[in-house]
Amino acid sequence: MTTAATVHEGTGNSGDSEGSSVGDSPYALSHLDALESEAVHIFREVAGEFERPVILFSGGKDSIVMLHLALKAFTPAPVPFSLLHVDTGHNFPEVIDYRDRVVAEHGLRLHVASVQDYIDRGALRERPDGTRNPLQTVPLTEKIQSERFDAVFGGGRRDEEKARAKERVFSLRDEFSQWDPRRQRPELWQLYNGRHAPGEHVRVFPLSNWTELDVWQYIAREGIELPQIYFAHERDVFKRSGMWLTAGDWGGPKDGEDVVRRQVRYRTVGDMSCTGAVDSDATTLEAVIAEIAASRLTERGATRADDKLSEAAMEDRKREGYF
Amino acid sequence: MTSTTDTTAAGQLAGLSATTLLRFATAGSVDDGKSTLVGRLLHDSKSVLTDQLEAVEHASRSRGSEGTDLALLTDGLRAEREQGITIDVAYRYFATPRRRFILADTPGHVQYTRNMVTGASTADLAVVLVDARNGVIEQTRRHAAVAALLRVPHVVLAVNKMDLVEYAEAVFAKIAEEFTAYAGELGVPEITAIPISALTGDNVVEPSSNMDWYGGPTVLEHLETVPVSHDLTSCHARLPVQYVIRPQTAEHPDYRGYAGQIAAGTFRVGESVTVLPSGRTSKIAGIDLLGEPVDVAWTPQSVTVLLEDDVDVSRGDLLVPSSDTPPTSQDLAATVCHVADQPLTVGQRVLLKHTTRTVKAIVKQIPSRLTLDDLSQHPNPGQLVANDIGRVVVRTAEPLAIDAYADSRRTGSFLLIDPADGTTLAAGMAGEAFAKAADADPVAADDEGWDF
Repeated sequence: MTTAATVHEGTGNSGDSEGSSVGDSPYALSHLDALESEAVHIFREVAGEFERPVILFSGGKDSIVMLHLALKAFTPAPVPFSLLHVDTGHNFPEVIDYRDRVVAEHGLRLHVASVQDYIDRGALRERPDGTRNPLQTVPLTEKIQSERFDAVFGGGRRDEEKARAKERVFSLRDEFSQWDPRRQRPELWQLYNGRHAPGEHVRVFPLSNWTELDVWQYIAREGIELPQIYFAHERDVFKRSGMWLTAGDWGGPKDGEDVVRRQVRYRTVGDMSCTGAVDSDATTLEAVIAEIAASRLTERGATRADDKLSEAAMEDRKREGYF
Repeated sequence: MTSTTDTTAAGQLAGLSATTLLRFATAGSVDDGKSTLVGRLLHDSKSVLTDQLEAVEHASRSRGSEGTDLALLTDGLRAEREQGITIDVAYRYFATPRRRFILADTPGHVQYTRNMVTGASTADLAVVLVDARNGVIEQTRRHAAVAALLRVPHVVLAVNKMDLVEYAEAVFAKIAEEFTAYAGELGVPEITAIPISALTGDNVVEPSSNMDWYGGPTVLEHLETVPVSHDLTSCHARLPVQYVIRPQTAEHPDYRGYAGQIAAGTFRVGESVTVLPSGRTSKIAGIDLLGEPVDVAWTPQSVTVLLEDDVDVSRGDLLVPSSDTPPTSQDLAATVCHVADQPLTVGQRVLLKHTTRTVKAIVKQIPSRLTLDDLSQHPNPGQLVANDIGRVVVRTAEPLAIDAYADSRRTGSFLLIDPADGTTLAAGMAGEAFAKAADADPVAADDEGWDF
């Protein structure tokens, strides 16, 4: 499909100080090496200081990169964390296949918090718009409590959204998973303070300083496999709120929404009911990177209906315990 | 300068693939034009995308402001937008074909000193803004002092609003001279003064046609070319151990690696190393750089080090070259910035987090508090409250191998933590507060209680 060589030009994975230099000094790291090293440091801090860490794994590109970094951080030992998938029940089948393959390949333990189970037993009610993204918070929180997870890795990035721009790398959450921006601790140097009371936990964001483009460049450099929906393909879609949504069991399309077949790809992977596809002919990693570099829309602006609701939509969801 | 106008996909790809990363902080207030400068850097480097700009334009209109308020790009929290002020550090990301940037945008007001300290703690460079009409004021001195205290290697003085002083060289020269003298006294190693107008764009991204007398770089040119690393061979090498990797698998039955991010300097296979605080010695048998064996590794790489001997090493230990070991001690004199709402008092029991080691400690003395505006000292304040900078003497329950902050930012820094609720109380820097400039006059007030 692609070669990583075009974007990976001798940036550091060699011990030769001449061969791996970038820019001004033989000791300067490339931006991808610097970000990788920072993320690995964060994973190892958590492994050293917490009892029961877990990685939130959606099968989206950010969580895939997180898992890749965790594998590298502890090699040749296995990753000392399990995975947690918050399953909305509106999944892309390609993504679930990918998830199960990765879990088997690396011998990982997978926990699933199922939104569908909560709906089936009446603990959660379906929203009129069919969107299940906000419904993830309760199953996530209850799983964290029942499994006594004390550190929960999320793939959130500060460049995604302005409430996330104020997020810490170590984000303290109370027993209801709530985020209180005023209770967050200043983070100085690389000294992360993960102390928490029993029942509280810490959300940890190793990709805080990565941008969407960094993630894609790193995927290309490392030759990381992704679910196929990230690349251009033919799909039955219909238009809602200016985005292409996939027709399916989850509820779309409604009357008056016409299904058409288009060549699209996904920039983000989330709940099917609120994650939009973009028109694209990018079938390779290089083409995807070129497309993102030229895009004039953020990935959330282009593909997430739930973030368009209000100026503080993400802040409000975060306060309630969302990722 | 054409580097920022190359927006073809191929150009971006080629350029971004092997760039370095610069972390920098901006200090200043809205009145100095900080938001305008940040907005222009983001906008002119094409880092503000259409949907973000639309959201900001919409928000600006709904607040009744004329034009687009670029401060709304960074003021992300409801409380900040409601109050129209920046409360917290906002991190912004942008790139040119030459470099990737992480900008810690910090509020400049005195009550947010802790945020400026936070932003400066990881910065390679700090931009201090002044209004050309006002010159160096108290706030400017405070910003210079924070940059000096945190040992930010490069400082840019952006003399803004040059359009309002008729682009006069003499105005710029006087401010640049005064600031350079002041910051130099505090030991800031490199100061670059640039005359700009953030509003009109002079010398921000493109060179100004209104100031022919200025031959230096624009702000962005400087950000793109300032060195982000230096010759590390003369630095103390330090590796705090984060985690011991022991697979105990059939494939790797005896593998025992010490994982950590190199905090300073370089390490080489075959080198003799000492484990602190125990003092045991061994040799480096191998270095794994995330799965690849290498002969040499340097800061800030994350590595796994294998030793020749089966010595006792665990999280919290520090690996150093046997020829260059820092002293270990239970008594520590340092400068702290107090960052919590509850005060720090003499006699208080705290936790001290240094690199990967957290130990119990007690605050023995608070010899002085420092006013950053004029560097005046206030002996024996009894306590430090939020945003105070002061000297402390701390006694730790176990010996620490701690460097002077001036020698090593990463192994000379620490946190004081409240053991009861985990609150981060203070950010500490071991050793003397400010570097001494060679021929500078003694700085302000009496020395009592400050240099000891």
